[in-house]
Amino acid sequence: MHITLSINGKDHELDLDPRTSVLDALRDHLDLIGTKKGCDHGQCGACTVLVNGRRINSCLTLAVMHEGDAITTIEGLGTPEALSPLQAAFVAHDGFQCGYCTPGQICSATGMLEEMRAGWPSHVSEDLLAAPDLSDAEISERMSGNLCRCSAYTNIVAAITEVAEARDEAV
Amino acid sequence: MNKHSTIPAPVMHQDLRHDSGHKHVSGRAEYIDDMVEPVGTLHAYLALSDRAHAEIVAIDFEAVRTAPGVFGILTADDIPGENDVSPSHKHDEPIFAVGKVHFWGQPIFAVIGETREAARRAARLARITWRDLPAALDVDAARAAGGTLVTEPLTLRRGDVEAGLEAAPRRIKGRIAIGGQDHFYLEGQIAFAIPGEDEDVIIHSSTQHPSEVQLMVAHVLGISQHAVTVNVRRMGGGFGGKETQGNLFAAVAALAAKRWNRPVKIRPDRDDDMQATGKRHDFVVDYDVGYDDDGRIQAVDAVYAARCGFSSDLSGPVTDRALFHADNAYWYPAVKVRSEPLYTNTVSNTAFRGFGGPQGMMAAERWIEDIAYGLGKDPLDIRKANFYGTDDRNVTPYHQTVTDNIIGRLVDELETSSDYQARRKAVLAFNTMGGVLRKGIALTPVKFGISFTATWYNQAGALVHVYRDGSIHLSHGGTEMGQGLYIKVAQVLADAFGVGLEAIKIMATTTGKVPNTSATAASSGSDLNGMAAYDAARQIKARLAAHAARIYEVAEADVAWVPGGIMAGRQFVAFSELVASAYLSRVQLSAAGFYKTPDIHWDRANGRGRPFYYFAYGASVSEVTIDTLTGEYTVDRVDILHDVGRSLNPVIDLGQIEGGFIQGMGWLTTEELVWDARGQLRTHAPSTYKIPLASDVPPIFNVRLAEWSQNREMTIGRSKAVGEPPLMLAMSVVEALSMAVASEADYRVAPRLDTPVTPERVLMGIKRMRTERPA
Repeated sequence: MHITLSINGKDHELDLDPRTSVLDALRDHLDLIGTKKGCDHGQCGACTVLVNGRRINSCLTLAVMHEGDAITTIEGLGTPEALSPLQAAFVAHDGFQCGYCTPGQICSATGMLEEMRAGWPSHVSEDLLAAPDLSDAEISERMSGNLCRCSAYTNIVAAITEVAEARDEAV
Repeated sequence: MNKHSTIPAPVMHQDLRHDSGHKHVSGRAEYIDDMVEPVGTLHAYLALSDRAHAEIVAIDFEAVRTAPGVFGILTADDIPGENDVSPSHKHDEPIFAVGKVHFWGQPIFAVIGETREAARRAARLARITWRDLPAALDVDAARAAGGTLVTEPLTLRRGDVEAGLEAAPRRIKGRIAIGGQDHFYLEGQIAFAIPGEDEDVIIHSSTQHPSEVQLMVAHVLGISQHAVTVNVRRMGGGFGGKETQGNLFAAVAALAAKRWNRPVKIRPDRDDDMQATGKRHDFVVDYDVGYDDDGRIQAVDAVYAARCGFSSDLSGPVTDRALFHADNAYWYPAVKVRSEPLYTNTVSNTAFRGFGGPQGMMAAERWIEDIAYGLGKDPLDIRKANFYGTDDRNVTPYHQTVTDNIIGRLVDELETSSDYQARRKAVLAFNTMGGVLRKGIALTPVKFGISFTATWYNQAGALVHVYRDGSIHLSHGGTEMGQGLYIKVAQVLADAFGVGLEAIKIMATTTGKVPNTSATAASSGSDLNGMAAYDAARQIKARLAAHAARIYEVAEADVAWVPGGIMAGRQFVAFSELVASAYLSRVQLSAAGFYKTPDIHWDRANGRGRPFYYFAYGASVSEVTIDTLTGEYTVDRVDILHDVGRSLNPVIDLGQIEGGFIQGMGWLTTEELVWDARGQLRTHAPSTYKIPLASDVPPIFNVRLAEWSQNREMTIGRSKAVGEPPLMLAMSVVEALSMAVASEADYRVAPRLDTPVTPERVLMGIKRMRTERPA
């Protein structure tokens, strides 16, 4: 099938088997290799990207379903020379060890902070109607779809908290 | 003055970030599956058995051959050299099964396709006629089937155990089952082979042991090692799962690449990876322990049976290391421990962070717990009563004297800083209220032996080039899997030359630069490779000092290395200036460094020696809450005090300790491997195999380095290894859960929880407490 995907603000024309996942389209057809394949089953979170600002597992969604959507990958968030605030915070807090889950963690955190800002409750929210607080418990729960086998979780949560607090102050 | 000639601050023992950090966070760090594929790249996929033990009567490949996109098939008949990747060189681990399969998931052949998808689909299409054979899946079944061993067992013996047990006022016998663990490295196994001219082949392999991949590929292709180059830039996690398990994938990629003269990549799907590659050994330990009324152990007699799977792989050294840690931090006046590495019809188990040590230590903590509940005491008191002494009571079951014991100080400090005694009182008080929720708290020690017990592995090499502009190229035999080895060795080299880190380029590991290296394993990476790099720097510096003495006309003794360059008498010469003039004077600016750990030896036949250069120590306190109706629990608080000697990089070391603890907690709590009656692993994906999540990290998690510690041996910067020892800090979670369970019978019945302590096991434990509770 011939489709056009908008990725990181740029349109890409592609001829794809309709069964191709967004993940395989990115990695195998567009050389956007920052998005990682961990389990290919939607269970590890390494392939997380943003679709219209919402985080999804790119291995569990077909590319043909996303014509007209705005897809953002780790490459679209920043570059080594110009890191996004979350990317910089992950470096500053050592929010990784082997680094394989890191692009997914950062895409997920980017989407997650927007969810918190929009007031979405989580499994650990005491009050479903109140604005969620920036506790470790809230952030950890909301990031629990992204596995890190090196278990750099403490530093991941610290990095996210730093950015979330800076944003809150800026508001 | 160029950028390398400013005065740099020393970088060893400093908090420095991982060298690839900016690339990791921006998705630019390249793993093997991210590499640009040359035109014509083919993809290999393994066909795996769906029988645990069976004869292959016939294979019909017709449907495979005619499937779309199939380029070719590889079977054992296509192997020009040996059909074997056994790291123990016992020739018991075929790449492709011949005549018989020994476990569910064993590779039988490989399909080479135009795409990975095509190869993967076709690999399922062979029609195989089987004749099933009886399968022994676990320790009990293996014993019942005759107890075939995959490798030679070990016995360690010191003192008269029989007399010690007879004379002991009290005695306990028991059994503990300790579960295995899947590595679940986020980057799965992968290899990418690129053929060259003549017999040459280059392999990009996700391996902790490039030299062994090189050797295996050479054997399989029937060529010399010099024709095979293995490159490893980084791994997306290893944890021991890539010490030997990458061999087969590299061999298949190389076979196909040479046969069809095309680049070939192989990358199994996660489910196949989990079924076809080895895991941490599960153990069953039977013990008989004599002790006195104060809880002092008099004698220990124990047998350590391990489910090894179908081949030897590393089961010999793994089960040996279990015995080496049968003591944890405790002195046994008389001891006899014996390993039983059993053949089973399951995937061949392999290295995993701790390498048998954790299982050995878990058993030791079990009998400590039994003694404490037998005497009605706090298990911490029993632990302290049995700690190794410093001047006496200090000989291990393998006759090595412990000369660097700091466990007493470490535990005392942690007991105070964690407020253990007051919190234990509070926990006991909470439990007397008799509610549905119960709490537990425990403090457990760790003593872990550092060195490969295969003494010849304790060697390393490095290759250092200094270029005319003063920039430095660093290669060594260690591999980077996230543990921070690359940055640590670069720190060593920067300080050795007195230059800033930016002067040093850390090169990908390759067998072409540094030969005959050991696996990056046994926590030894920075000890060995740091010293080898230091040795290379020493050689170059000696030549530069001699050169400086000559051109600045001072005695060599008056040349001193200072940050940024040298002092030749009273004159400062910047490093880059010195190097530029040395080049013009034809001074060699490159060196191969080498290091071998001194003073270690091991006589396995007699169970005596000094297998370990030194010990790393640590201790942790965990507090938990269990729900006695459901078995569910939370780990509420963890305090850790850990010894890394004088840390080379405290922030990296703290990450290793936190990560190691959480990974250990996963092993002991939620990570359960389940095989069905037919021998298929049913927990072969993260949907069913549960590793810890961000939300599993204890809400209070205090982790500190024992900053006063420094290695008594002359290690690099007096640091200590950090990779494995922290994993075993998680034993305190098990012991805390045990206490919470034991509250159900007023702490009068030993809880004896097997691991992993899943909520189901907690619930079963509570039920047992209610049944066995004394009236």
